Amino acid sequence: MVTGILDYIWLVPALPLLGVLLNGAIALFCERPLLLAEAAHGDEGHGHGDAHGGHHAPAPYRKLVAFIGPAVVGAAFVVSVLAVLALAARPAHDRFFVQVLFPWIQAGGFSAPAALQLDPLSSVMILVVTGVGFLIHVYSAGYMSHEKAFARYFVYLNLFTFAMLTLVLGSNYLVMFVGWEGVGLCSYLLIGYWYEKKSASDAGKKAFIVNRIGDFGFMLGVFLIFWTFGTVNYTEVFAKVPLLSANGVLTTEIATAITLLLFVGAIGKSAQIPLYVWLPDAMEGPTPVSALIHAATMVTAGVYMVARSSSLFLLSPVSMGVVATVGAATAIFSATIGITQNDIKRVLAYSTVSQLGYMFLACGVGAFTAGIFHLMTHAFFKALLFLGSGSVIHALSGEQDMRKMGSLKKHLPITFTTMFIATLAIAGIPGLSGFFSKDEILWKAFSSEHGHIALWAVAALAAGITAFYMFRLVFLTFFGESRMEPEVEKHVHESPYSMTVPLMLLAVLSVVGGWIGIPEVLKGHNYFEEWLAPVFAQGAAGGHGAAGAHGAAHHPVALELGLMAGSVAVALCGIGLAYYLYRVRTNKPKEIAEAVPGLYDVVLNKYYVDEIYDFLFVRRIVNGSIVLWQAFDAAFIDGIVNGIAAAVRGAGDGVRRLQTGVVGNYAFSLLLGAVLLVGYILTR
Amino acid sequence: MMEPTAYLLLSGILFGIGVAGVVARKNALIILMSVEIMLNAVNVAFIAVGSHLGDPTGSIFAFMVMTVAAAEAAVGLAILIAIYRLKETIDITELSVLKW
Amino acid sequence: MTWIPAYLSSNLLTALIFFPLAGALLLFFLPRENPRLIRNATLLVTLVEFLLSLPVAIGFNGATAAMQFVQRVPWIPGYGIEYHVGVDGISLWLVMLTTFLMPIAILSTYEAVEKHVKEFMIFMLVLEVGMVGVFLAIDLFLFYIFWELVLIPMYFLIGVWGSERRIYSAIKFFLYTFAGSVLMLVAIIALYFHHYAATGVYTTNLLRMYELSIPVKLQFWMFAAFALAFAFKVPMFPFHTWLPDAHVDAPTAGSVILAAVLLKMGTYGFLRFAMPLFPVAAVDLMPLVATLAVIGIIYGALVAMVQKDMKKLVAYSSVSHLGFVMLGLFAFNVQGIEGGILQMINHGVSTGALFLIVGIIYERRHTRLIEEFGGLSKVVPLYALVFMIVTLSSVGLPGTNGFVGEFLILLGAFKTAKWYTVFAATGVILSAVYMLWMFQRVMFGKITNEKNRHLPDLKPREIAYMLPLLVMIFWIGVYPQTFLRKMDASVSAAVTRIETKRQAALGERPQGETLLARYFDVKK
Repeated sequence: MVTGILDYIWLVPALPLLGVLLNGAIALFCERPLLLAEAAHGDEGHGHGDAHGGHHAPAPYRKLVAFIGPAVVGAAFVVSVLAVLALAARPAHDRFFVQVLFPWIQAGGFSAPAALQLDPLSSVMILVVTGVGFLIHVYSAGYMSHEKAFARYFVYLNLFTFAMLTLVLGSNYLVMFVGWEGVGLCSYLLIGYWYEKKSASDAGKKAFIVNRIGDFGFMLGVFLIFWTFGTVNYTEVFAKVPLLSANGVLTTEIATAITLLLFVGAIGKSAQIPLYVWLPDAMEGPTPVSALIHAATMVTAGVYMVARSSSLFLLSPVSMGVVATVGAATAIFSATIGITQNDIKRVLAYSTVSQLGYMFLACGVGAFTAGIFHLMTHAFFKALLFLGSGSVIHALSGEQDMRKMGSLKKHLPITFTTMFIATLAIAGIPGLSGFFSKDEILWKAFSSEHGHIALWAVAALAAGITAFYMFRLVFLTFFGESRMEPEVEKHVHESPYSMTVPLMLLAVLSVVGGWIGIPEVLKGHNYFEEWLAPVFAQGAAGGHGAAGAHGAAHHPVALELGLMAGSVAVALCGIGLAYYLYRVRTNKPKEIAEAVPGLYDVVLNKYYVDEIYDFLFVRRIVNGSIVLWQAFDAAFIDGIVNGIAAAVRGAGDGVRRLQTGVVGNYAFSLLLGAVLLVGYILTR
Repeated sequence: MMEPTAYLLLSGILFGIGVAGVVARKNALIILMSVEIMLNAVNVAFIAVGSHLGDPTGSIFAFMVMTVAAAEAAVGLAILIAIYRLKETIDITELSVLKW
Repeated sequence: MTWIPAYLSSNLLTALIFFPLAGALLLFFLPRENPRLIRNATLLVTLVEFLLSLPVAIGFNGATAAMQFVQRVPWIPGYGIEYHVGVDGISLWLVMLTTFLMPIAILSTYEAVEKHVKEFMIFMLVLEVGMVGVFLAIDLFLFYIFWELVLIPMYFLIGVWGSERRIYSAIKFFLYTFAGSVLMLVAIIALYFHHYAATGVYTTNLLRMYELSIPVKLQFWMFAAFALAFAFKVPMFPFHTWLPDAHVDAPTAGSVILAAVLLKMGTYGFLRFAMPLFPVAAVDLMPLVATLAVIGIIYGALVAMVQKDMKKLVAYSSVSHLGFVMLGLFAFNVQGIEGGILQMINHGVSTGALFLIVGIIYERRHTRLIEEFGGLSKVVPLYALVFMIVTLSSVGLPGTNGFVGEFLILLGAFKTAKWYTVFAATGVILSAVYMLWMFQRVMFGKITNEKNRHLPDLKPREIAYMLPLLVMIFWIGVYPQTFLRKMDASVSAAVTRIETKRQAALGERPQGETLLARYFDVKK
């Protein structure tokens, strides 16, 4: 193996950046004139729904874009694989590589170089990002082929890949922050891709702003890190943890503050309670975007960041508790919303929020490996689910409402098969990837020293609900009677290979992706844990002993197997219930909804959280600002300013009346003055 | 040397008359005349004090004042005539264009 | 600096200050009937001026905190007044910003200014003399002259070439800032006599003043006077109300220069005069200044959010951004101050660009009301791209200039004033709100107003002046070291000077003294 490949690690983010530049040039010089010419002809409101567009002869540049876009990511994937292999060839304690590109910000004692760091954790991330990303790029070339602004789409998508790779490869918190905000920007641009749609541009803006609230916390966390550790480089920060804890600089309070601030960032980016509201709206973007950004990669950045900072989080039991609680609460909360949604993508969006909750739960109980493991398997099956739903939407000319689907199994065999596999995976059916990762989280939630039986119970219940709503989705979409519009039904077709091949590959990954982390109790070997051990052992050593990673060793094997069986049973119950309600007694769901109308409405309307935020914050801030502007600025301050001006003017106006123009008056005042003066002199 | 008290008294009375004329009358011509009275009152005082002190400066100043008074009367009267031609009045209460 | 001959380097700054004046004189002799010639001549003058300034930036030695390219000539020797100019790491980039933006501003007026072109250009050039002079003057007297010189052309630029309420705005601008300047003049004179009383020498040399140890009580009043003058100019909340009016009514080029450079005179003044001359008072009053800065950040952002006029929105955003700068300066550490200086440059570039962007659309539609627009992305994609990049820069997205400045400011301020920073950082959220909301309302959605359907996209001339700004946005964002490196030594020296002088001045005071006791002799 060529170890020299590590020196080319900069290619991993640079290649997508190259794609941005190339596609950007194409968008600017080839696509823009075309679009302008079309706009001038005024064919309005045409081709701006999801996955359907106008029919026009494809311009030659589109082929080039369709090649460059995926190719750069594919090349980045190849480089990543080689680099990771080179890394793996090293002994476990030496699997660490930093490449400093250039000094970025230096001021006084502060220094943040633009540097990349490859270690087991970031290698998992870059493989997921470039691997899944490549498949989604390929898929996009097919899915978006009817779109007019084709090059622009790939500019954004490549830019996203670049930013995401920067995020995971950065060797300090500041470079991570660059990627962090960069992916937020791309998310904004891609959600608002159909910018003529008000709801799309609204959703993009909402995503950006809610993310910014998280970034606010992240940034403060970075400040606190710098002023505590004197550096923001991961290695130096984590290396200083034991020393500073020993000499009392790094107290538990400071660690708590740092980690909670960082976690605010994670909450925003990874759509956890209370900042999850942007993610469901983000489904306004094209479906491949939902798959890439809002399922597989960007939203998991928060988990990555928490895992990256594991040595800090482990210092603070409070933070660990908060992370676990928020994760568990989000997992169950959004799972319940997922039950009632009718938009196929929204179901998946809430499912994503819920699954992210699992990952945070894992981190919160100290099972960072399990969190990252689930991050990876989730990337496979959730990307597959989204792409599958995209294929469905594509086939149905843009229809997203599951109430207008049904019986698609026979029309879309590949889509159905692959999506069904992903559904089994997310439901936690043994043998598939989701089972291993989810089960490890559940087990750690129960057994870890940071865990609690309540966390386990909530997570297990959420797993059941997940299985229920996912099968509801499958049953409503692929089984039963067709409820499609006749016009739509005529055009139903399986998607082209550029879309189905990625589906199939992801399906394979959804099955086998978990096999690298089979727990010992099932006579397997957790290669994944072993791979990540150097990263998290570091934290464990600095923290309160070997937390999480090996904390479960003292529990009996039977208990672990029993809990595993229990969680599978819960999942099967969920599936069974879904089967009963959506295959056997298909009018039952309606009856249930009518039986508890209040509750159903509340859940259907997502617990009215958006409305509450709107009422509590948005409207108050806007109205308050209007008051500030008109009452304070215009009336009060300018009142004073103009008041002073008016007072001076008024005083002048009063004084000038003394000038009567009558000579006698002047003479008299002259006399008066003279008399007073003489009088003063005489009496002095 | 003679005592100047009586002369100074006369000067004071004359000056008072002049002041009263300037302040109280509305006819610009009368005011001009009152100014002349005041100037001459000052002349009386100058000469009286000058001769009392045996200093010719007082008398010299009196001549000076007379000259200025003559010039002033000439210019003043010319202005009054010009105003009268323009406004047909020399009542100062009506000549208040230069107010405010 | 070694590659520049000594006789050139010692005259370079003087040439830099007065070259535009020579250009203005030249304009007098050009025929009024040929506005094209006048415009091109002015552009040429400002371009040459920019080229003249390049050797200053390149030859500047970032390793030393001393004034460089110094020229010092007695002017009114009887009063110790000198013509004394020089540049250090604090003023370097502000001078460069000025010379960099002038050609851009001139280029933006080619179609916007139709009447009295000659006078307009002359005023612009005189303005440049004043602005460059302000940043280069080391003599207090000279500084004051340039400071006031800037007011006059700007007054006319707003008053003659402005829009609806131009007279009101021009007078408001003039009186507001003039009121502050007068206070500063009084303080300068007081300082002058104090220097004489302390040393027996009459001088207006700033560097000499730096060495002066001023009694704390005097520091308080002098700081107050200087700070008030600069606060009016910055403008800090609550002295900001002239800014929206002046911006709304100024012509585009005037707004650009006003926002990009004139406001920086205030923040520069704090850093050059108020803070190092009166360190005890400056540090003691930090809570007040920082509070006003934070209020300004949040208040400016909130009020910007609800504006209906794009230009007014940008004007209020300036209040917010300048609040960041002030917070950074009053962090009294290298990170904060370097961030503050960098943010001055950033604000000049980004907000200048925003005003140009608003100006471009105003030239086409003669309105700046947000509600008049919508869906422009479709018809003017290039404009949309530029607008988006500038918006992101203003929002402070990493990779653009805004981030580096804001980050360093907040990083520095976090050390000195934790809670202020927490509140200030909310400005980062709010800036995203108001900028993206405006962008959305103007550029996204469907075209609702038929008048917008056939708007022409950016013309080559407009691209020509936006492009350098975009380059700067990314340059500062990706490789800020170019700029930070040259200011390092000067800023570190300033921080040290402030701290050592403060310690020295406080050394004689009793420990644990309250501020009331220190400044007003109020004993418990």
